[in-house]
Amino acid sequence: MAETGATAHTNPLRWLVVAIPYLWLFLFFAAPFFIIFKISLSDTAIAMPPYTPTFEGFGAIGDFFSQLDFENYGFLGEDPLYIDAYLSSLRIALISTLLLLLVGYPMALAMARAQASIRPTLMMMVILPFWTSFLIRVYAWIGILKPEGLLTLLFQTIGLMGPDDQVTIFRTDYAVFIGIVYSYLPFMVLPLYAALEKMDGTLLEAASDLGCPPWKAFWKITFPLSLPGVIAGALICFIPITGEFVIPDLLGGAETLMIGKTLWTEFFGNRDWPLASAVAVLLLLALVVPIVIFQNQQQKVG
Amino acid sequence: MAKSLGPVKRKFSPWTDPGAVPFIRFENITKRYGDFVAVNNLTLDIYEREFFSLLGPSGCGKTTLMRMLAGFEEPSEGRILLQGKDMSGVPPYRRPTNMMFQSYALFPHMTVEKNIAFGLQQDGLSKPDIAARVEEMLKLVKLESFARRKPAQLSGGQRQRVALARSLAKRPKVLLLDEPLGALDRKLREETQFELMDIQHTLGLTFLIVTHDQEEAMTVSDRIAVMDKGVIMQVATPAEIYEAPNSRYVADFIGDINILECAVTGNAGDCLRDGHPPVVRLVSNGLDIAVEQECPVTAGDKVGFAMRPEKVRISLDKPADTTVNTAHGEVWDIGYLGDFSIFLVKLEDGRILRAAQANVSRLVDRPITFGDSVWLTWPLDAGLVLTR
Amino acid sequence: MKPQRFDATILTLCFAFLYIPIIILVVYSFNASRLVTVWGGFSLHWYQVMWSNEGLMDAAWVTARVGVLSATFGTILGTLAALTLTRFPRFPGRVAFTGMVYAPLVMPEVITGLSMLLLFVAMNIDRGFWTVTIAHTTFTMCYVAIVVQSRLITFDRSLEEAAQDLGCPPVKTFFAITLPLILPAIVSGWMLAFTLSLDDLVIASFTTGPGATTLPIKIYSQVRLGVTPEINAICTILIGLVTFGVIITSITTKRAEMRRIRDEHVAIRGIS
Repeated sequence: MAETGATAHTNPLRWLVVAIPYLWLFLFFAAPFFIIFKISLSDTAIAMPPYTPTFEGFGAIGDFFSQLDFENYGFLGEDPLYIDAYLSSLRIALISTLLLLLVGYPMALAMARAQASIRPTLMMMVILPFWTSFLIRVYAWIGILKPEGLLTLLFQTIGLMGPDDQVTIFRTDYAVFIGIVYSYLPFMVLPLYAALEKMDGTLLEAASDLGCPPWKAFWKITFPLSLPGVIAGALICFIPITGEFVIPDLLGGAETLMIGKTLWTEFFGNRDWPLASAVAVLLLLALVVPIVIFQNQQQKVG
Repeated sequence: MAKSLGPVKRKFSPWTDPGAVPFIRFENITKRYGDFVAVNNLTLDIYEREFFSLLGPSGCGKTTLMRMLAGFEEPSEGRILLQGKDMSGVPPYRRPTNMMFQSYALFPHMTVEKNIAFGLQQDGLSKPDIAARVEEMLKLVKLESFARRKPAQLSGGQRQRVALARSLAKRPKVLLLDEPLGALDRKLREETQFELMDIQHTLGLTFLIVTHDQEEAMTVSDRIAVMDKGVIMQVATPAEIYEAPNSRYVADFIGDINILECAVTGNAGDCLRDGHPPVVRLVSNGLDIAVEQECPVTAGDKVGFAMRPEKVRISLDKPADTTVNTAHGEVWDIGYLGDFSIFLVKLEDGRILRAAQANVSRLVDRPITFGDSVWLTWPLDAGLVLTR
Repeated sequence: MKPQRFDATILTLCFAFLYIPIIILVVYSFNASRLVTVWGGFSLHWYQVMWSNEGLMDAAWVTARVGVLSATFGTILGTLAALTLTRFPRFPGRVAFTGMVYAPLVMPEVITGLSMLLLFVAMNIDRGFWTVTIAHTTFTMCYVAIVVQSRLITFDRSLEEAAQDLGCPPVKTFFAITLPLILPAIVSGWMLAFTLSLDDLVIASFTTGPGATTLPIKIYSQVRLGVTPEINAICTILIGLVTFGVIITSITTKRAEMRRIRDEHVAIRGIS
């Protein structure tokens, strides 16, 4: 929008509208990243806060910098645990995103093709679970998946399993995938649905009129036009899943390595703040590219 | 015209009076958005009680010009004077102009009554005064029984009238109307045009209207400014704009017209009729044309010859004199418009000339039809030499 | 298979997948037995146990206060941020600002949580109720900004111009015209912020301190010890509250929609 009345006669107080959220986000969102970076270069200490050097006035500034080093990063590079956790996180996030697309796309398509009158209801039904707590939804799966849980009971009842057999997917990667797909499904379905719903129905009629069979029309018309939704949905899921903590912690097993869990353990378990910070910095670096793509896309939409 | 126009308009032409003081003056106005020049060094005077139209295609700068007068945009250069007062830096809420928006911009959360009262409340009028004025306005636009409705409960035509009432409630010195009738259907639009003229006349206000609809501009205006690419092409009365356009652009923009590219063969000297302007002689690809017009052109100049289709006579018979203002061709297409028929006649060199004929009798089979060999003739004062 | 039947099957399966776990959780909160696989008859026993669990009740109270405060602050800041994004096309650092609004939406919570904690430590602020509230304000304001921004994008600016044209100064115009019209978006932004705050475990775990244990932290620590019907009971109450809120909201919007349709009928009658 070009300059309009509101901007033509500027009141300096107007800039408070910009300044207040700007300063807030800068102080509480952007500035902490510099601190994380700084602390990731510090050493662990048994004190409060548990790292050295702490910042003690400007006189000590040279001293301060001389004590910073990349030791923690070196440590991360040496210990295969961390590298494995990174790769494993990316692998789990990638597979989960593909699974989400596989489940979410048909669902969004079915919603978009439903009668216009019931679409808002379907939409509300997708959003409703999202309003209930994430933790509760993950917790609900424990009771189902655990060896003496409801899934075992179901399989035993219908005779798929003998009375002494148990479902063994609790505390494995499979349980993690189920939990992730379950928790993130609304985030995948909504952008896909938004892209599919606004599509002009006469496009498919035109394709059909020009002799294109329905399945081909899907690949030539519907799918390419829904790509922005696919990308948005994939990014909205992929980025947070990479750093996911609750799901691998509650549903995953000891062998489920995810970087979010590692960070949590370093921080709360081992109280190694500098190392946790180094883990966070590297996780952030791994996600910079997808986050930038996500933001560009959001701005295009906005 | 069958419709009642209310009291007959008096002869009103302050722009011909050199002593008249303009009510609104746009003085060397330029408006830039980055590299784009929306309005380019434009100067324009508008007089009190005038019904003035800014006419042009979308993107010609007409809306920008109006929004600068309302105060929503500041000119990059130049200044706007209202009753001699410089408006630079005066915010929209302190200007004595009111605007009727293209989208009507009725406040959806307020009733009709509250919408009309909004501007009066800003002026701090007393409650009884506001109530009286709202009632008067509702009466003016014939919406008395709709006072308590919300905009969503009104039809398009009713919303348009609420918007008009709201912008008139403060008795602005100038009412600005941005495509005021664009959203109405044709029949309603025509009725409303006459109502607008009535209201303007009754209240004695100055109206400035922005429109891309030439018929609307022709019907309502005292004067029209035809704009293109940020400059004014011509400012004149509707009749002058139609009969004496000053350029190919204006001629082509208003109504239907034939334009032939010509070379001047002679000027002045050979007056054909006493007491009439001299005649300019032109040739257009072998076609000899004589135009009765005072025009500063000399032999060899490249000019345009413009002629409205209804001024061309079409006939199956060969005229007596075929040396000048005559063309021969074949009927290539016919457009039947009800009141008129338009004949597209293909000349021997392939050019198309349009001739309109009023359908004065109820014949279904017209005497002239497709493929007929026809003669076109026109008098000396039918056309116009265009140098721009 | 006909496309319609195919679609119906897909939707049934997906919604079953989304809802069955929640339904099971609710059903088992009324189970008299402690065992998850054994139905011991209907009972409200676990609700009594939950009610008398002081730690749980304290945590619920802390969560409610954090939720209301952070949602309110987040809504104010988020609305300002949305105005900035839509109404200020040019200012230094706009790109950075846009980035800071969108990034928290996808940022892994462990990073946001850790970074805030380190900020509070560096600033020497004692962690507790207020640090959680600040942290929640910061990430919920971004969600509010997105919700309000999408309303502002479709907002007809000529309404504001009309108000100014009629003599209303800009600030007054905002309160008389803009705010009432974007209020529904602000309210749903608040509700979203409140539920996000209610829901958050990770950021709260990092930024909390003594005496400010929120409900998700409490639930998490109990869940780690195993499934208990008591947790099912508190989860059921939370689900009930949220469902109630969502249904009330959707009924209100449905009513507004019906009114709009009725208005249109009135308008059509008005022409004839």
